[in-house]
Amino acid sequence: LRLLIRGGRVVDPATQHDAVADVLIEDDTILAVERNLDASNARIVDARGLVVAPGLVDMHVHFREPGFEYKEDIETGSRAAARGGFTAVACMPNTNPVIDAESLVAQVIQRGNDVGLCRVYPIAAITKGQKGAELTEMRVLSDAGAVGFSDDGLPVESARVMRRAMEYATFTGRPIIAHCEEKSLAAGGHMHEGEVSTRLGIPGMPGAAEDLGVAREVRLAEMAHGRLHVCHVSTARSVDVVRRAKERGVRVTAEATPHHFTLTDEAVAGFDANAKMNPPLRPESDRQAVIRGLLDGTLDAVATDHAPHAAREKLVEFDRAPFGIIGLETSLALSLEVLVRGAGMDLLTLVDRMSATPARLLGLEAGSLRPGAPADVVVFDTEAEWTFTEADVGSRARNTPFFGRKMTGRVLLTLLDGRATWESPAIRARLGVAVGVPAKKDRSVEASAS
Amino acid sequence: MLPAEIAKLGVEATTDVRRALREADAVNVLRIQFERMNEALIPSIREYARYFGLTEEKLADIPAGLVVLHPGPMNRDTEIAHEVAEANAGTILRQVSNGVAVRMAVLYLLSGGEGQN
Repeated sequence: LRLLIRGGRVVDPATQHDAVADVLIEDDTILAVERNLDASNARIVDARGLVVAPGLVDMHVHFREPGFEYKEDIETGSRAAARGGFTAVACMPNTNPVIDAESLVAQVIQRGNDVGLCRVYPIAAITKGQKGAELTEMRVLSDAGAVGFSDDGLPVESARVMRRAMEYATFTGRPIIAHCEEKSLAAGGHMHEGEVSTRLGIPGMPGAAEDLGVAREVRLAEMAHGRLHVCHVSTARSVDVVRRAKERGVRVTAEATPHHFTLTDEAVAGFDANAKMNPPLRPESDRQAVIRGLLDGTLDAVATDHAPHAAREKLVEFDRAPFGIIGLETSLALSLEVLVRGAGMDLLTLVDRMSATPARLLGLEAGSLRPGAPADVVVFDTEAEWTFTEADVGSRARNTPFFGRKMTGRVLLTLLDGRATWESPAIRARLGVAVGVPAKKDRSVEASAS
Repeated sequence: MLPAEIAKLGVEATTDVRRALREADAVNVLRIQFERMNEALIPSIREYARYFGLTEEKLADIPAGLVVLHPGPMNRDTEIAHEVAEANAGTILRQVSNGVAVRMAVLYLLSGGEGQN
């Protein structure tokens, strides 16, 4: 079965390709990326005026399964990913139970495969039960398919345990992925501590709580010769700490989220619990520093920290609402708005930050359109204007501050192994022959049979 | 204990009580909340009373006419000395009474009541 994506602007950072070309796919594999490829025996997608890129990779999502399926599960999370142009995601282990055993790693992988809408890679916990005391069996977990280790949300409190974790993780070649926060400084806070929190009377979380966490983890990684990946950097000082660490050769990488580079703490002013996340939205100077970090490569990747919660959990007083927002559906559009049009980032760099680099950091076979690579592809229109509404959400959750926002740039088609996992109504007219979303399996039958 | 970035709201903040008193027409003393003590905000009530409490000694050089307010309830001899509270009881009690009326009015308006106009 052959599919030809014809005449699009093919942006592939792995090969530094940014030019109009055809992409020929056979079954589940990229066959060729060249101009004027032979279209005989191939279904054709007319991609003129559109961008064709490797499927996006999000190295930081919460799919909540097992344990919190009322918020999200691997199927609804995968649907959100596909709508956002993502073909691979790495799931954080703060589920119930915590992903700290081989069987749980295997379960997440199996569920991701069964759903088949996105490659779902588990990140395993650093410590058993994320309790910060005993290390998980990292080599066993790594061999089972865990792509990294994180106690996301519950940062390892003891510097000694974190040191050991970083030393031990080097045996696996996989990164320690750290939510960096000095909890004793931020505890009790619900938003960034500053002018806005003072005005609103909401207890604050100082930026310094994040800076201290980043500085500690960077120093420990340096001492342990470990590989550290810093989650969701949101302050100017944290960007600086990472920049200086890289300059002196510490093996550290970092990510930033679309909400941190799009919004500031002013978004909390209406007491909207969908503007509550950890780390919190920061002032404009921090937002600008994060953008600069992504431009100069200090921050390696864009990651969403997609954190679904049920509506009833967010429809409470601001202080009582849980941290986190969903992000997969809006990541590309916000990145195009803020990083590309707003800050002059070129598309090759954007696709690198959203696909090639996160794939490389986690050792995934993804993020490239090289011949022979899996046919994971996103086709998007950088100019399409739309307004984000509930109808555009693939997630089970609706906790996002971006409803009603005018977006420019839209995912039209997502291919995973050559099959469409998302196909926007807008592109159907442009298809020579409809690609067709594969029929969904009847999960209830499978469940009752097992 | 000062709120973060309070100056950005257009006020001048100082931790020098004597200076604040010299420049003030009115001083509104707020209750120190004992329940906050476990946050290590201040070392002790004794120390707070000595350095931040409104005492006759701190008011000694202040010209007459300074209005002393407190919304109540008062921790006597903590943020406000007993003697200072007594000397200004008239204003303080009036503030407390009026505070009830203002709260009632705000709640009434917030719950959909119509203003008079």
